[in-house]
Amino acid sequence: MSSESQVHSGYVSFRDVETKYKGILAWILSTDHKRISFLYLYSMITFFIVGMLLGLAMKLELIAPGKTVMTAETYNAFFTLHGIIMIFLIVIPGLPAVFGNFFLPILIGAKDVAFPKLNLFSWYLYVLGAVVALTSQFLGDGAPDTGWTFYAPYSFKTHTNMLPAVIGAFILGFSSILTGLNFIVTMHRMRAPGMDWFKMPLFAWSLYGAGWIQLLATPIVGITLLMVVGERLFQIGFFDPALGGDPVLYQHLFWIYSHPAVYIMILPAMGIISEIIPTFSNKSIFGYKAVVYSTLAIAFVGYFVWGHHMFTSGMSSTALYIFSFLTFLVAIPSAIKVFNWVATLYKASIQMEVPFLWAASFLFVFMIGGLTGLFLGSIATDVHVHDTAFVVAHFHFIVFGGVGYAFLAAMHYWFPKMYGKMYDKEIAIFGWISFTVGFFMLYTPMFLLGYQGMPRRYYDYVAQFHGWNIVSSIGAFILAAGFITILVNFIRAAYGDKIAPNDPWGGKTLEWSIESPPSLENFEEVPFVDKHPYDYSEPTSEK
Amino acid sequence: MSQDHLTHAEHRDDEASKLGMWLFIFTELLLFGGLFVVYAVYRYMNAEAFHLAHEELSVTMGTINTVILLISSATVAMSTSAIRLGDTKKALILIAITIIAALVFMVNKYFEWGGKFEHGLYPGSAELAARGQGEVLFFGLYFFMTGLHGLHIIVGLVLLTISYIGVKRGTINGESPVMLDNSGLYWHLVDLIWIFLFPLFYLIK
Repeated sequence: MSSESQVHSGYVSFRDVETKYKGILAWILSTDHKRISFLYLYSMITFFIVGMLLGLAMKLELIAPGKTVMTAETYNAFFTLHGIIMIFLIVIPGLPAVFGNFFLPILIGAKDVAFPKLNLFSWYLYVLGAVVALTSQFLGDGAPDTGWTFYAPYSFKTHTNMLPAVIGAFILGFSSILTGLNFIVTMHRMRAPGMDWFKMPLFAWSLYGAGWIQLLATPIVGITLLMVVGERLFQIGFFDPALGGDPVLYQHLFWIYSHPAVYIMILPAMGIISEIIPTFSNKSIFGYKAVVYSTLAIAFVGYFVWGHHMFTSGMSSTALYIFSFLTFLVAIPSAIKVFNWVATLYKASIQMEVPFLWAASFLFVFMIGGLTGLFLGSIATDVHVHDTAFVVAHFHFIVFGGVGYAFLAAMHYWFPKMYGKMYDKEIAIFGWISFTVGFFMLYTPMFLLGYQGMPRRYYDYVAQFHGWNIVSSIGAFILAAGFITILVNFIRAAYGDKIAPNDPWGGKTLEWSIESPPSLENFEEVPFVDKHPYDYSEPTSEK
Repeated sequence: MSQDHLTHAEHRDDEASKLGMWLFIFTELLLFGGLFVVYAVYRYMNAEAFHLAHEELSVTMGTINTVILLISSATVAMSTSAIRLGDTKKALILIAITIIAALVFMVNKYFEWGGKFEHGLYPGSAELAARGQGEVLFFGLYFFMTGLHGLHIIVGLVLLTISYIGVKRGTINGESPVMLDNSGLYWHLVDLIWIFLFPLFYLIK
């Protein structure tokens, strides 16, 4: 086929396009942003199932006081690995690597990201980091047991196999930096003609904010983890009090990254919700610019709140007040977004489709997570509930609730575009109900337990906590059943023959103007964008 | 429809490449930024020990290495001008000088580090432990920070060598100098970090 005829030969999906390599090589050697997105998606689903099984095992252990199914050491190893997998392999890279890769270029009318080869390289770094981190479980003197935070002095005193875990996290950080860099350059250089910054869809904006955090915060944890490596290998006393080091300094350096990392997770989640809500309200987002500025404000203020993880670690009282104040401050832009979403729904003609159910329930879990975060941001309350199950509940509401709900919302929203197929609506709704019921049963009791004083990270508890723990453990299995239902529904749809139309929801952003699944080049002609991204002034043609 | 055909058809965007390099440089600066914070905290806590320990370092050696890096930064900057003026030969000579300067820096570093090891001034040694915690921290930071900087010199060397080969083969030329520009930018970063390391370890009393 000559190159002349290719341009006019009609549409071929990027999934069916003929490539130099065959079989799996056509995917793992492809620099197409859409194929790379699928590489991330399948890797993450695999890791998520492992992480989920670990979580279920822990919940099984907690179903009754005393030793139920595992020893204390195993429990320590399990929550460490659960944390490493869920944080470093799923929620930090998750939304940008999967949906950012697939949809960022399409949303801004580009054919690919700015550096396609670097993009593929980032995925290889991701896999390498994951493999290195996971070898820590099988080699050496036992699995790491420090928790995902690698706190000094445990992290260099423990006899367990810390090095691979720390080096793996470092490599994963590198992968995250390169993805962020790639996206920022893509948005600066490759927006379609006519699309100025304030015509950019909000998911792209959220990736822009997250990209800067990835770029500017990740190196701090990178160097901190390297210092732990230096400490373990060469006895450099950075954080070892016996050698003059300061373990509290480790906590500062760790949280200087790891708090902003929460915003790497949540900003793209907010971006996805900002895409879904206008589509299913058939109406433009309320206060587009307020959403953009609040994204940037979160990215900026988020750098200066790390101290609220350390209220009980030893800081001057001036520092305590400042960090507490800034923590309350960072809640404001998040709340602005919630008001914008709710105001978008006001007097809208809402389509009750599955993605909307996920987006709407995101609002609830996100608000519960956010408001309980303020309990922890107030110094006095934090002293009472720190290191209890309350913190675990808050964290899972905001991170698993925030990112997990947004991920599944995005999956249900964009699945027809990514696969060109439509899933079964009834099963999807059943999955959502099961997931949500399980979610609230699993985590709400932990607020109560934590408030009553049940510590986190213990494999055992006193008998008075038994009742709520049973509820929580049962909830975990209901949630897992919901997740499996959703997964099976997607797999059936992907192999099924229910073809999805190009614009099943009446969306107005650019991805709905092209074929499902998109062609390799995304756009036959580079679009000219002269409209606001959520322009519903004309009635939708295809429904 | 062949995927490779399309990948090759993508337009070249030198601005994007440079922007990417600048963003990467921000990342690198913050990587060292974390270490500067640690240095500042421990210097504040152990002012006297840091003063005593710094006297073990040779200001002469440090100065020589600083001058070498400054010269190499100048030559790599000149090479990017030379390639734009179409003077490939001059560009090659200037890149070669930069590479040689980098190698001389590493040789100096080798002797400096070797000297410290001979005197037992390395992390984990009994000699250093006997001098107290402040000096342990100073030399820990010294080896870690100059070591990490040395790794960056090696990365810079690789980039400069690739650029040299590129210029020689003609793939980097006046029309498309971005690879050399980016290697030069990276080299300036390596130089800049040394400009901070030199006073922190060698000069501050």
